[in-house]
Amino acid sequence: MDLKKLLSQINISADWIGLREVREKGTYRVIRDGNPQANGAGTSHGIMVEVLANGQFGYYATNDMSISGIQNAAAKAKAQAIHASEYSLYSFSEDARPKATGEYESSFSKAAGSVSAGEINEILLAGCDALKVSDKIVSASAYGLITETEFNFVSTNGSDINQKFLMVTSDFSATAQDGNIFQRRTGGRSGHQIGLEVFDKSNITNLCAGIGQQAVELLFAEECPTGTMDMVLAPDQMMLQIHESIGHALEIDRILGDERNYAGWSFIRLEDFGTLQYGSNLMNVTFDPTVEHELASYAFDDGGLEAQREYIIKDGLLVRGLGGKESQIRSNTPGVANFRASSWNRAPIDRMANLNLEAGESSFDDIISNIEYGVYMETNRSWSIDDYRNKFQFGSEYGQLIVNGKLTKTVKNPNYRGVTTPFWNNLKKVGNASTFGIHGTPNCGKGEPNQVIRVGHASPVCQFENIEVFGGV
Amino acid sequence: MENKFNNISDKVFALLNEGEYLTLSFSSENTQFIRFSQSKIRQTGLVDDASLELELIYNNRTCGESFTLSGDIDADINSAQSVLETLRVEVVQLPEDPYIVMPENNGSSRDIHSGKLLSVEGAAKALTPAMEGVDLAGIFASGKIYRGNANSLGQKHWFSTETFSLDYSLITADEKMVKATFAGSKWNQSEYESFMTASIKRLEFMKRDAIKVEPGEYRTYIASPGVRDILDMFSWNGLSEASIQQGQSSFGKMRNENSKLSPCFSLLEDFRSGSVPRFNDNGEVAPDVLNLVNGGLLENTLINSRTAKEYDIVSNNAGGGEGVRAPYMSAGELSEAEVLKKIGTGLYLGNLHYLNWSDCIGGRITGMTRYACFWVENGEIVAPIENMRFDDSFYNFFGENLEAVSNKVEFNPEVGTYESRSLGGTHCPGVLLSSFSLTL
Ligand SMILES: [Zn+2]
Repeated sequence: MDLKKLLSQINISADWIGLREVREKGTYRVIRDGNPQANGAGTSHGIMVEVLANGQFGYYATNDMSISGIQNAAAKAKAQAIHASEYSLYSFSEDARPKATGEYESSFSKAAGSVSAGEINEILLAGCDALKVSDKIVSASAYGLITETEFNFVSTNGSDINQKFLMVTSDFSATAQDGNIFQRRTGGRSGHQIGLEVFDKSNITNLCAGIGQQAVELLFAEECPTGTMDMVLAPDQMMLQIHESIGHALEIDRILGDERNYAGWSFIRLEDFGTLQYGSNLMNVTFDPTVEHELASYAFDDGGLEAQREYIIKDGLLVRGLGGKESQIRSNTPGVANFRASSWNRAPIDRMANLNLEAGESSFDDIISNIEYGVYMETNRSWSIDDYRNKFQFGSEYGQLIVNGKLTKTVKNPNYRGVTTPFWNNLKKVGNASTFGIHGTPNCGKGEPNQVIRVGHASPVCQFENIEVFGGV
Repeated sequence: MENKFNNISDKVFALLNEGEYLTLSFSSENTQFIRFSQSKIRQTGLVDDASLELELIYNNRTCGESFTLSGDIDADINSAQSVLETLRVEVVQLPEDPYIVMPENNGSSRDIHSGKLLSVEGAAKALTPAMEGVDLAGIFASGKIYRGNANSLGQKHWFSTETFSLDYSLITADEKMVKATFAGSKWNQSEYESFMTASIKRLEFMKRDAIKVEPGEYRTYIASPGVRDILDMFSWNGLSEASIQQGQSSFGKMRNENSKLSPCFSLLEDFRSGSVPRFNDNGEVAPDVLNLVNGGLLENTLINSRTAKEYDIVSNNAGGGEGVRAPYMSAGELSEAEVLKKIGTGLYLGNLHYLNWSDCIGGRITGMTRYACFWVENGEIVAPIENMRFDDSFYNFFGENLEAVSNKVEFNPEVGTYESRSLGGTHCPGVLLSSFSLTL
């Protein structure tokens, strides 16, 4: 699609016009209990025409990408802007859409299409078989999602951006049963910007055998103990902890109140930036769109702002918010390039992208060996937090008791609850690079109309003290 | 739109070879969105979207692919043809699928609901002035929604509707909120304005200073919108037969351990209101009414034809994910006027927020109170409460702690818009619980 040509043929007068084309193809394959459960694909392709008039943006997202379709969309988007401008929340100028030109491409070894549907089914089938380590495994499934996205953006103030993404999300899951006890262990459904090299049969079968083993182990494990104690979280649980109790709380559009009817508000106020001690001084959090293979890396956000790494929390102090150009203008607060849309049919809003906890000094052994009594938890299973992002309760799939500096027996149904800033101020040790894991999920929901978007979260293993921990029913 | 779907269907089915079976699913919408914050317009626009999915079956193997339709009929037929070619290449590479659901022709249907909507030019002016003098955040969505399904044996279903919803929160200066949804298919300006006035009046209750309640067990009334959030959980590792069979369902205890809920609790799937199509992605039509939990006993689970084949049971034509598409919880005896008196001393919870299984197999759900939630003493509202976390099993609160069910079933429209506008909603009453567990 020649977007520049389309843009040049739009004959309406407006303060600014932008065309954002997204073509995304998702291909998913699922094997369950030795049989194909689903082999499907979906391509979504369209253009959002955005027009600025009277200080108000209006959009028309259309599947009709002909010249007449785009012309009609531009005229109607302008009319939307004009009718709404009588009641605008904020009067914007072209500054909200900075000029940007450039390209981006995910790094990968094996391109989409380089492994056939038949081969992927065969590899997932092998994974599924490997999950069935014993007849206690009553259900096993292996899942792969390949996403290819192309993003093009042009505007009347000279922006011209092309970004290509290749992403793979996979998951492996084993449910074990003994009488009326059921336990499920998974690979955590994590996604990365990566190629089809992910579908490596021996890696997958090894991983799956471990997952199956732990599912069975959980059947015969004791309940996680109840009490206030030390807690150590693996990166695939930290991911959720960062996402819910840092990321969403710091989105500037939430702080400004845009989300109050849906995802909620935030306990953070604009005056907290630069002053609030969010956590202990071991806490360093970055917005980092430059990490190779992390799911939400990119060069530009969907408003055309160039993306770069920024400290959000430095030595525990809150220094910067997660707000794109519109939020930065509205709030006069420093932000990041995170004005993002789920697709061509939704308008961009402030999203998280990659939000990472930087590695610290402690080895895994340093952390465990200094704990008298506590629980180590892996892989998120349950998540819930209030609309201000204060009171949370999270659960993990797999726990291990720590006694006198050693990991001992496995415990099932590990859960914990807390309140955001006291929790982060209880951050006692931060693992070093050897404990670091990069994770991501395609399933963060937010916005009205609703949008589901990809986020990445990388973290080392972390220790928290004085945490309220408990088990299952 | 219907003609376009029929036209593409006819052309694509004509391309099929011997032994190939094809099912087409069509989905489309023309929507206006206006997003409000501080009773002003934050973002606004229009969305036209349409997609077609092809599901090919050949030699006991199946695969599917969907694509965005452009609206140009020739281009769309070409795209469908090339997707069919891709599926033909893929389907022969796949392992055999023993639980494949073959298409059938059990008769066609056509279900068209017309409405009267605001014009896209006039909506901002019709909506905004009534919000004056109050802080409102929310979303207006309005437009047409189409769903179609056809298969190569000649079966065809069509559903279209025109609906709108304004889903909003009103917020006091000290951040107390009430929630409301004005939804329907025929816009009536004066009804809208009096609905808004009534919800602004409700906000007055919220202006008293909030009180903090301690974690513990409380007598609690949960109003219909809060009950809806709990019932939503039953579509996620809940009433799905596959989920029970695969050891992941919170209802496994009812099947395996003979656990029961209160005789006051009955939940059915009821399509009679017509707000959501009865046909699923395979074009199979669900019964008008299906008892799920009847008087506290698990009477039916949701079984799609694939699950039926795998476990050798009878399908009730549930959807792909075996979720509850048209939930209806039966009314009880408790009258609205009696609610506060029957609480006595305890909690009135208007809405809940962010529910999740904290122990799915045990039926334990955690979540937050939100919006209009009050402390009640001696049958009278004392003040709103600060939001609290609950963590309790539905085997308790819909079991022996379910004291009464209100006699008024309310409709809570589904206003979700992930990827596209949702249809339908949940019919349910409020519930009075002798005990409900708050934890943080
Ligand atoms: Zn999220």
